[in-house]
Amino acid sequence: MHSFGYRANALLTFAVTILALMCAMASFSDNLNHPSPSSSVQVLNVNWFQKQPNGNDEVSLTLNISADLQSLFTWNTKQVFVFLAAEYETSKNSLNQISLWDGIIASKEHAKFWTHTSNKYRFIDQGSNLRGKEFNLTLHWHVMPKTGKMFADKLVMSGYRLPKEYR
Amino acid sequence: MDWQGQKLAEQLMQILLLAFAAVSFGTGYVLGSFQMMMLIYAGGVFLTTLVTVPNWPFFNRHPLKWLDPSMAEKHPKPQQQQAVSLKKKPAKK
Repeated sequence: MHSFGYRANALLTFAVTILALMCAMASFSDNLNHPSPSSSVQVLNVNWFQKQPNGNDEVSLTLNISADLQSLFTWNTKQVFVFLAAEYETSKNSLNQISLWDGIIASKEHAKFWTHTSNKYRFIDQGSNLRGKEFNLTLHWHVMPKTGKMFADKLVMSGYRLPKEYR
Repeated sequence: MDWQGQKLAEQLMQILLLAFAAVSFGTGYVLGSFQMMMLIYAGGVFLTTLVTVPNWPFFNRHPLKWLDPSMAEKHPKPQQQQAVSLKKKPAKK
């Protein structure tokens, strides 16, 4: 503490140590938030459903996705990444996950939304198992904080079924 | 900066920084604004720098009192005599 440089150095290191502590506390405060997100997806139309020449089934859907993810946002949330996946079981794989749509929500104001869209990414099966297949649509999200721990969770919506014939 | 000034500067620095951290975290949490927390803390660090880093006059209220030069003349340093005796020894042999 005897010179200008010594005091400046001591102040800087102590200030940064406290800053790290504040960030840790901010990250910890996220645990006090108990979110209650809601979501619903309607399959409005099966645009087409066919077998590719290589033998894999492919389907195109028109979806109406609505969700209210506002409760995920806290003061320490930078953005939320959200994606909708079709999930189903086949004899080859116990869990198939196909991402159909995704989005980045940058603020709480945009966290309550609905969108009318055909699947953004192609819905192709690994094989030819989609005819009459029952599947879940699962909304996954990753909460990206400004500092600290990242949270991820999902909401499973079940009871969707693909048509029995190609069209 | 004298000894007590150094102690005061260190204590002031720690107390001010901790106080600003507590205030900024509380304000940020209540307002729900991470940016507000950062701004208040940055302001606090700047203010603390201004208060504790420069050598202000109030850090120099307890100057060290050195012995008077006349006292030093009355009590000469003992090392001088030893140095003389050391020099003489090799001359005798």
